[in-house]
Amino acid sequence: MLIETRPYKKIHFGISLGLTVFYSSAVVIIPLLGLFIHSLGIGVSGILEVFSDERIRSALFLSFSVGIISAILNLFIGFLFAWVLVRYNFPFKKLLDTLIDLPFTLPTAVAGIALTTIYSQKGIIGSYFETWGIKIAYTPIGIVIALVFIGFPFVVRTVQPVIEELPKELEESARCLGATPFQTFYKVLLPELWPSILAGTGMAFARSIGEYGSVVFISGNIPGKTEILPLLIVTKLEQYEYEKATSIALVMLLTSFAFMFLINLLQDRASKKLS
Amino acid sequence: MKKFTRISTIKPTISAILCIFLSLGALFTVAADSTFLHVSFDPTRELYEEINKSFLKQWKEKKGSEFAIQQSHGGSGKQARAVIDGLDADVVSLALSYDIDSISTKSGLIDANWQKKLPNNSVPYYSTIVFLVRKSNPKKIKDWDDIVKPGVSIITPNPKTGGGARWNYLAAYGFAKRKYKSDEKATAFIKALFKNTSVLDTGARGSTTTFVQRGIGDVLITWENEAKLSLDEEKRSGKNTLEVVYPSESIKAETPVAVVTKTATEKGNLEKATTYLEFLYTKEGQSIISKHFFRPTDAATAKASAKEFPNIKLFSLSDLGETWDSAQKKHFADAGVFDAIYKTQ
Repeated sequence: MLIETRPYKKIHFGISLGLTVFYSSAVVIIPLLGLFIHSLGIGVSGILEVFSDERIRSALFLSFSVGIISAILNLFIGFLFAWVLVRYNFPFKKLLDTLIDLPFTLPTAVAGIALTTIYSQKGIIGSYFETWGIKIAYTPIGIVIALVFIGFPFVVRTVQPVIEELPKELEESARCLGATPFQTFYKVLLPELWPSILAGTGMAFARSIGEYGSVVFISGNIPGKTEILPLLIVTKLEQYEYEKATSIALVMLLTSFAFMFLINLLQDRASKKLS
Repeated sequence: MKKFTRISTIKPTISAILCIFLSLGALFTVAADSTFLHVSFDPTRELYEEINKSFLKQWKEKKGSEFAIQQSHGGSGKQARAVIDGLDADVVSLALSYDIDSISTKSGLIDANWQKKLPNNSVPYYSTIVFLVRKSNPKKIKDWDDIVKPGVSIITPNPKTGGGARWNYLAAYGFAKRKYKSDEKATAFIKALFKNTSVLDTGARGSTTTFVQRGIGDVLITWENEAKLSLDEEKRSGKNTLEVVYPSESIKAETPVAVVTKTATEKGNLEKATTYLEFLYTKEGQSIISKHFFRPTDAATAKASAKEFPNIKLFSLSDLGETWDSAQKKHFADAGVFDAIYKTQ
């Protein structure tokens, strides 16, 4: 029997579209609008005033700098994981593959507590570094570790399928034409992989900007030193200052959106160049 | 050939689904109305589990009917916000009256004169702020002055994110203000204290974990009941690494309760809610309270449990010439004393 489907790219105001619009408004659009409306109450000058506070500015700086550092680390770690998982066979590979999703499903507070236990001055790894005079927990280094933990699956899961899809012939012909392994990787494989690596890193970055649960445990939350922006939002809420809280959230949202947009643009250009 | 499912067959399905949803919704509202919800702050979980059991038993004996009490626990401010935003609480018991006042002024769910409705300003039990130190007290911490000395590492929660943490802060501030008789000196004292603070957790429980489990810091500033609970837990697991130190004086941390009048009336729970809170003041209620390391307000119970609660000098917020409103504005609001501490560092 022949099954007919609707043609793609044709506008149908059917039930499915209706439901999609309904759910996206209920879950995404209306809450985001609420954010705008809430923070508009104090106006642009009010928002600027919120960010004139030294403490908020240093938290903004901290959040974005640890976000960028952890995103870059995730780029390398995530790519390595994806590469190893696709290209090599080893015992318990399936198990490792499953473990990578754990940060997605684990409540981040649990991760935060576990990481703090290990990396604090009395912890297994932390005490080792302590003898070298390096503190990990309750410093920005600790925050970066937590962010790497929650972010690297994004890179792995976006890059992995692309590596899987790479035709083997591509590599083989490059080698046959006399390219060294490094040249093959750099000139043949990497251009194919760039877009997905960028996309994964961008997602990991955006995720880490807003991360709260794991960071509050490992950061120590000292104002001006290890206090992150999401914590300041919670602080403002605790003081019933909804407008200030939402205006911080709004600035974070816009900045993250700008980053994501930029990355999408780069990704688009990279894939256009390929085709 | 039939192209798609005809719309006429979809419509009844949709209306059927809608019907199911609506009736489910109705079911839930009915279910929500028949429950009794107590919204409280973090460290009272075990206390109210026991209170509820006794109260429900008594209620059944007297009234012959049964109902269930649901408990919700979390940071005091967070809980207050949840009630303001629509969490259907019948009664609240929070860490500070400022949070109940906030519910009252921001939502009108609680009567403005709530503090006059129950004995002792609606405070059935209180606690105080003490120190928890490592066994045999290696840093020789005896009083507030000892913890601001250089080289002492303090653990205390962030007063901006935890209601209970504001009591810690005000205990230290009050001590300094009473001793040095000046606002500037008290502020300098607080500054020195937070300079010595190495981890600012978001809540009291978090600070206890940092100090007890992770072994960070020399002294934990904490509630008496939290300190005693930690000792109790150590005893049960056969460890002995901690000591409680009572400073020369500390704050009377009054933890109030209130009926959420509007919600309780709407749910038909007003009588239950009032009787429930009154139960806290009875002999039975008070003895359960003292068992859970909160200080009872009933004189006879206090006398009976005097061994548990050393008699230290306690000052109240009003002894400092403050109300919660003024303390909040002066110390914890934006650009208050607490913010200034970290600005100049």
